[in-house]
Amino acid sequence: MSDLQSPTNTTAEGTRAGGKAAEEAPTEATAGADQPTATRRRSLLPQSTLLRHLLVLLLAAVGAVVLLEITDPFTNSQLATLTYYAIAAGGLTVLTGMNGQISLGHGALMAVGAYTTALFLSADEPLPLPLILLAAIVTATAVGALVGVAAARLHGPYLAGATLALAVGLPGLAIYFHDVLGGEQGMRVRAPRAPEAFGSFISAVSGNSATNTKWLAYLGAICLLITYFLLANLIRSRIGRTWRAVRDQEVAAELAGINLGAWRVLAFVVSAAAAGLAGGVLALVVRLAAPSGFTLVLSLALLTAIVIGGLGSLLGALLGSALLVFLPPFVTDLGAGWGLDNTEAAQLAPFVYGVVLIVAMIFAPAGFVGTLRMRWLTRQAKRSAAQPSRG
Amino acid sequence: MQYFVNVTLTGLTEGMVYSAFALALVLIWRSTRIVNFAQGSMAAATTFIALALIQAGQSYWVALIVALLSGLLLGALVERVVIRPVEGGPELNAVIVTLGLFVAIQAAIAIVFGSAFQSFPTPFGLEGFQVGDNRIALTPNSVWVISAVLVTMALLVVLFRFTRIGLAMRASAFGQEVARLLGVRVGRMLTLGWALAAVVGSLAGLLIAGGEFVYPAYMDSLIVFGFVAAVLGGLDSPIGAIVGGLILGLALSYVSGYVERGSALVNVAALVILMVVLLVRPGGLFASSTARRA
Repeated sequence: MSDLQSPTNTTAEGTRAGGKAAEEAPTEATAGADQPTATRRRSLLPQSTLLRHLLVLLLAAVGAVVLLEITDPFTNSQLATLTYYAIAAGGLTVLTGMNGQISLGHGALMAVGAYTTALFLSADEPLPLPLILLAAIVTATAVGALVGVAAARLHGPYLAGATLALAVGLPGLAIYFHDVLGGEQGMRVRAPRAPEAFGSFISAVSGNSATNTKWLAYLGAICLLITYFLLANLIRSRIGRTWRAVRDQEVAAELAGINLGAWRVLAFVVSAAAAGLAGGVLALVVRLAAPSGFTLVLSLALLTAIVIGGLGSLLGALLGSALLVFLPPFVTDLGAGWGLDNTEAAQLAPFVYGVVLIVAMIFAPAGFVGTLRMRWLTRQAKRSAAQPSRG
Repeated sequence: MQYFVNVTLTGLTEGMVYSAFALALVLIWRSTRIVNFAQGSMAAATTFIALALIQAGQSYWVALIVALLSGLLLGALVERVVIRPVEGGPELNAVIVTLGLFVAIQAAIAIVFGSAFQSFPTPFGLEGFQVGDNRIALTPNSVWVISAVLVTMALLVVLFRFTRIGLAMRASAFGQEVARLLGVRVGRMLTLGWALAAVVGSLAGLLIAGGEFVYPAYMDSLIVFGFVAAVLGGLDSPIGAIVGGLILGLALSYVSGYVERGSALVNVAALVILMVVLLVRPGGLFASSTARRA
């Protein structure tokens, strides 16, 4: 576990520029953040953003291998679940946190990715897996572009309503085309077997047996790392800065020659691509693509994840997704302890999501990670302001 | 021809319910500029309260009144406790709060009342009236649905047009600062607005439940339909919400009646209608203000 701590902490530094300007508390956050940035010692990390992100990627990869090897098979499968939540939440972070657009339709976009993966895998001679996942990304991106063009003209409640309609409407298509897409029962997914090299890699690293569950967890982790690496670079690039400009100061951005609509569509497209990949991984891990897997609650759970994490931070999205995975069993056990039956206890998790959304928005609109980080930065700023006056 | 008439009648009946629900959304939008995505869950909660009373042996009418009163209470409570802190803040925060309420209430219903499908009774029959030799799709129940919605709308018109409270509510929706300066208790008016909207929403929930099966998520598509209807009408105009609801009801009824396996496409059709409206005429058909950015 300690190995995972260091990479995640450095990720926080990498994405700070993104997270610090969380929409709801801009003045406090930036006031707290600017000062320590100037005096921050960065002797251990390379100056170049790309190199720094590569270093973090490497550490995170090592951390992921260690984590997957020291945990039991059940935790492995939980971590596989975590990967697809985190991929989708990362995409949603770009959209909501960076660009200020809300989407309740990401569950539906995941469904697009999942069904694409299921369809390609059901072929007699399936394509190689990376190509299939790429196809899932491309299809979800296409749908996302369509929605994005409409969404670019909307804001706030209108956008929420439109994407809500998407989340409720799109799974209906799976029922309408039940000959191809399997109707209510959905499509079984034949997850491809792990390659030989994977088995020898695992036995060389830890001597554990290379089960299919483990292979899927690794697959998810690889997709997650690649996605977050790309997103982190995107957030720190000119594109990310433009998105923040579009989010924070529409008029100023427009005057600076930024085409608001085009950038909003781009944010939606990038975000949809992540959702498509997440859907593909979901189909592989769950081995099923069915309408019941892509309810409104899924979209709202993703929203909960990024709100908890603090809008606009990839680390926050990752932690929020971890909560989505590890919270339900916890509260379900708790509920069973209170004498609720299974179906009732299963509803405690969405109940907690809802309460968390409300509480977070009222008391900590920057998200829990964002709020903690803001506190820490303010303290740092105070300390560094106090030191020179003393000396 | 007879089939067409029946499909149209079904569409009008359901459209009336969508109108009522859209009206609830519009009431809240006008006063607080918030779309209450929790409206569906709140209505579902009161419907389940009514169902529990009916199963305990009470009459439909007692259950109806208790459900509407609990809707009133729930609406006021929600506004006072969770909406007030985010009112006037960034619009995304308010949206997220109502979405949180949406999930939380729905889950709470499932925890308290169970998530099984339960049939909800109707006060009137579901057999169509006899016209000549044919039975048409207008049932005593749909007459009840239509008249209940019409009476509610008439009461709202009377309230807003002819009473002091209605005037105060309109004033606080129109200009909070000015209304406050003139001695209107704006906070109370907003609470009252949410409470009234929740009553109208609860009524819509009870009406759509009649003769159908209810489960905690049964309002999920109604919230979408209500939103589409409200946007069709411009989200700002009560008349627009009513007309939007009727148009949507008819359109969805034709889709489900004339397209093969169309019932699976109803939600998709609502999505398509919403997209077209937002792209072609984002202000809706009856928007009162043109200055809104959409």
